[in-house]
Amino acid sequence: MAKVVFTPNVQRHVGCPTAEAAGATVREVLEKVFADNPQARGYVLDDQAALRRHMTIFVDGQMIRDRARLADPVKDSSTIHVFQALSGG
Amino acid sequence: MSDRLLVSTRKGLFTVLRNGGDWEISGVDFLGDNVTLTLTDPRDGKSYAALDHGHFGVKLHRSTANGWEEIPTPAYPPKPEGYQEKDFWGREINWTTSKIWALAAGGPNEPGTIWCGTLPGGLFRSNDHGQSWEIMRSLWDHPLRKKWNGGGADWPGIHSICVDPRNAKQVSVAVSTGGIWHTADGGKSWTQRGEGMRAEYMPPEQAHDPNAQDVHCLAQCRAAPQRMWVQHHNGIFVSSDEGKTFTEITGVEPSVFGFPVVVHPKEPDTAWFVPEIKDEKRIPREGKLAVTRTRDGGKNFDVLTKGLPQTHAYDVVYRHALALDEPGARLALGSTTGGLWVSEDQGDSWACVSHTLPPIYAVRFA
Repeated sequence: MAKVVFTPNVQRHVGCPTAEAAGATVREVLEKVFADNPQARGYVLDDQAALRRHMTIFVDGQMIRDRARLADPVKDSSTIHVFQALSGG
Repeated sequence: MSDRLLVSTRKGLFTVLRNGGDWEISGVDFLGDNVTLTLTDPRDGKSYAALDHGHFGVKLHRSTANGWEEIPTPAYPPKPEGYQEKDFWGREINWTTSKIWALAAGGPNEPGTIWCGTLPGGLFRSNDHGQSWEIMRSLWDHPLRKKWNGGGADWPGIHSICVDPRNAKQVSVAVSTGGIWHTADGGKSWTQRGEGMRAEYMPPEQAHDPNAQDVHCLAQCRAAPQRMWVQHHNGIFVSSDEGKTFTEITGVEPSVFGFPVVVHPKEPDTAWFVPEIKDEKRIPREGKLAVTRTRDGGKNFDVLTKGLPQTHAYDVVYRHALALDEPGARLALGSTTGGLWVSEDQGDSWACVSHTLPPIYAVRFA
């Protein structure tokens, strides 16, 4: 199962412990994690279920490319980091 | 009279209490976070606070006996697959709540009903104290809604919601930029209002298009709801027919540009404004912060400065940062440079509560 690690900065708003879930894409893995932690979903995804504008996700150290559908592939051994994007400033 | 103020700032929500004649900061919630607006529901005393966490999005909290709890943020419906919607500048409009810009309680006969205006232009209603939200599809799907534009913000937004005190199914909202819209059936259908307003930033043939009007703030008199006041991007307008038609008020010193307007709850001819020089110079004239007040429907204005800074003051007062208490006696004023003032004599004189607060977005008596 893929491991999902959330930025520590979100923790004071909503608890997002490191989680494990199976799935072939970032979307599949994250939706399983959010099924158990629905409040966290809105902190990462927008109303259209796309990645929030100033958030970023890495899969095994590579920033994902599909921010709308989250279709980037995930391996069973992958680690997914959900971070804030340093968008400047 | 209200002895309690909620002050929404870039770095937290401050509670200010009247204590022996002085107003003092008594506490802060959400310290460090961007609090953009509050509503305290006069029907049940519950408070609502809108936060914008930037990276993590817009959130809504509701007061409890012991503090606050997060409740659902109004959310836009899924955009149809393949559907593209672009704004005036050709940018794709994301159907997602990017700001909560208006919160209003429903009528006395509909407990739990809360209205919420947002960027990029969605109006929402909750019938269960904010536990769930429904977008007003008839307004969102209106063809003219797609012609709304961002004004000072990137996207268009609903910032003013006036629930008619005689009949809560009659609701008027104002949009920057998209004029004034009215429902007589609780939100099922909407019509545009606001004939008579004038947009000097548009070509002459479109200057009176009601949908092109950049209303900065809309206020309705509680005892005489036919009277509405508008602080507009390029002027002050007044209506005596529930916003159907407006008359422009001209010749107001020091200026007619500003963001907020409040109207006395019982005296429809009495309203307050906070003037800035002009749209391209959004600072008080000559560095002197002033409030203007008319008591005769806009024929004459008092320029109120006693207790407000009169040298090198560059305070901007946003549309939700001027508040009038329920009886119409006390006013509060908060600025972008962290100044907070209270008046207990309808603006004749002001006392400074603080001039070192974070940038203030909204002030509400609670």
